[in-house]
Amino acid sequence: MNTQLLLIQVFNGLVNGAFYALLSLGLAVIFGMLRIVNFMHGALYMLGAFTAFALGQAFGLGFWPSLILAPLIVAGIGMVLERGLLSRLYGLEPSYNLLLTFGLTLLTQDLVKQVMLSQYAVSSAPYTPPPVLSGVVNLGFVVFPKYRLFVIGLSLLICLITWFVIEKTRVGAIIRASTENPGVTRAFGIDVGKWVTGVFGVGVGLAGLAGVLAAPIYSVEPYMGAELIITTFAVVVIGGMGSILGSVITGFAVGVLAAIGAALYPPIANTLVFILMTLVLLVRPSGLFGLPEGAR
Amino acid sequence: MTAPAPIPAPVPTLGGPLLEVRDLNAYYGQSHVLHGINLHVNPGEVVSLIGRNGAGKTTTLKSIMGVLRSRTGQIRFDGQDLLRLPSNRIAARGLAWVPEERAILSSLTVRENLELPPARPGGWSLERAYQAFPVLRERGHHPGSKLSGGEQQMLAIVRVLRSSPKLLLLDEPSEGLAPVIVQAIGDMLQELRRDGLSVILVEQNLKFATRLADRHYVLVDGEVVDEVARHEVEGRRADLLRYLSV
Repeated sequence: MNTQLLLIQVFNGLVNGAFYALLSLGLAVIFGMLRIVNFMHGALYMLGAFTAFALGQAFGLGFWPSLILAPLIVAGIGMVLERGLLSRLYGLEPSYNLLLTFGLTLLTQDLVKQVMLSQYAVSSAPYTPPPVLSGVVNLGFVVFPKYRLFVIGLSLLICLITWFVIEKTRVGAIIRASTENPGVTRAFGIDVGKWVTGVFGVGVGLAGLAGVLAAPIYSVEPYMGAELIITTFAVVVIGGMGSILGSVITGFAVGVLAAIGAALYPPIANTLVFILMTLVLLVRPSGLFGLPEGAR
Repeated sequence: MTAPAPIPAPVPTLGGPLLEVRDLNAYYGQSHVLHGINLHVNPGEVVSLIGRNGAGKTTTLKSIMGVLRSRTGQIRFDGQDLLRLPSNRIAARGLAWVPEERAILSSLTVRENLELPPARPGGWSLERAYQAFPVLRERGHHPGSKLSGGEQQMLAIVRVLRSSPKLLLLDEPSEGLAPVIVQAIGDMLQELRRDGLSVILVEQNLKFATRLADRHYVLVDGEVVDEVARHEVEGRRADLLRYLSV
């Protein structure tokens, strides 16, 4: 493989990694505070893409307003679901939440499928990036689509902001405290339940944002989240649950590794991530950045 | 710390007790651990709960604070029943709890720990906390878990003072600490009482408890079996020691 091809694969890997990072970051934030694995995450990513598409169809809204509005709408839907449904299952076995979020995934997918068929008579739809981001950029050593570079940059920026807010601000201190010891944090006079709802909203909002970003690259269709989320779960296992920085670094790293691996030996493209996951589980069951269960 | 000043007598109660607990029963799953606790705390008073391990002292504090939810009876604070309120709203009414394990959050720095409880008028500022315990300023950017046991206990106490509580629930503040640190914590509690703070102090250290408390409730197997006032302590020291001996 020549250097040119390798570099292109690195960039392609970073694009995939941008989505893994945004999604696993959301999963990590949610898992940290709610102690649940949000199976619905892929469906909410899809809902972000679909909302951007539907806002365009219904109100003629373009990419930029949708990039802000659609994640907010997804966050709002997430918070209603958390208050109305998920919160009733806290304290029960984790399998209840898995079943609930899995069921909501199926419902969301079929609902979007029905709406797309009945309203727009399509089963999948393209979404055009704004003109300013169309075309390619010549980086000197490689020519790469402008929009994809934008996706890498924005994802990095959002991950950095999220990390900063959680690690360095008062809001983050409350989130960390509620994650570490909700009982004591509540006894300090902090309404932990409200923060849980807010954190869930932010977590799924990140999924919605990833969905809008994905819409111009992949087409908008009801099952677009299903495959991506499985890879994302593998990324989360590799990185270790609950570590913010870990999930971001692992997201990008796995994206790049998988892309290079796929170029070197194409048949391995779909399984490489899972081979990595297996290896990590054998060597470090709590993930590369995770703490062992007892050491939290 | 300033030199200990004479302890003022508790403020006479015109409007009734600050906290009144009646027939408090509490449960951990199937096991019934508190059997009808009755106690009260007058404004400005320091009251201790003494008794052996497993007598229900910690459970009583957790029940009052609303951290333990399966409980029945009456917990009236400032005339309002707390039983149905979640613990964050109990805290907002002016109760603060310093748990036995101190609960210093290791994912927060010392300063973040100090600033975690919502600030309320009359509460301790960061500056006041630093003046009382300069080590907290020096260690401000370290993780809370890197402090020594004594420093953690000081942090745990001044942390909740930020919310200007009226009643402090203190669970074994002297446990496992060197005498000089126990002394410093005792001095601070004397100072807080002079500011009018009421305290329920859970203790196994009789010397520490009798130095601070105006009255002592003796708990045995989830019940209050005896009540000893400060002026009775000397005459009844043998009884008190017997209650605590294993």
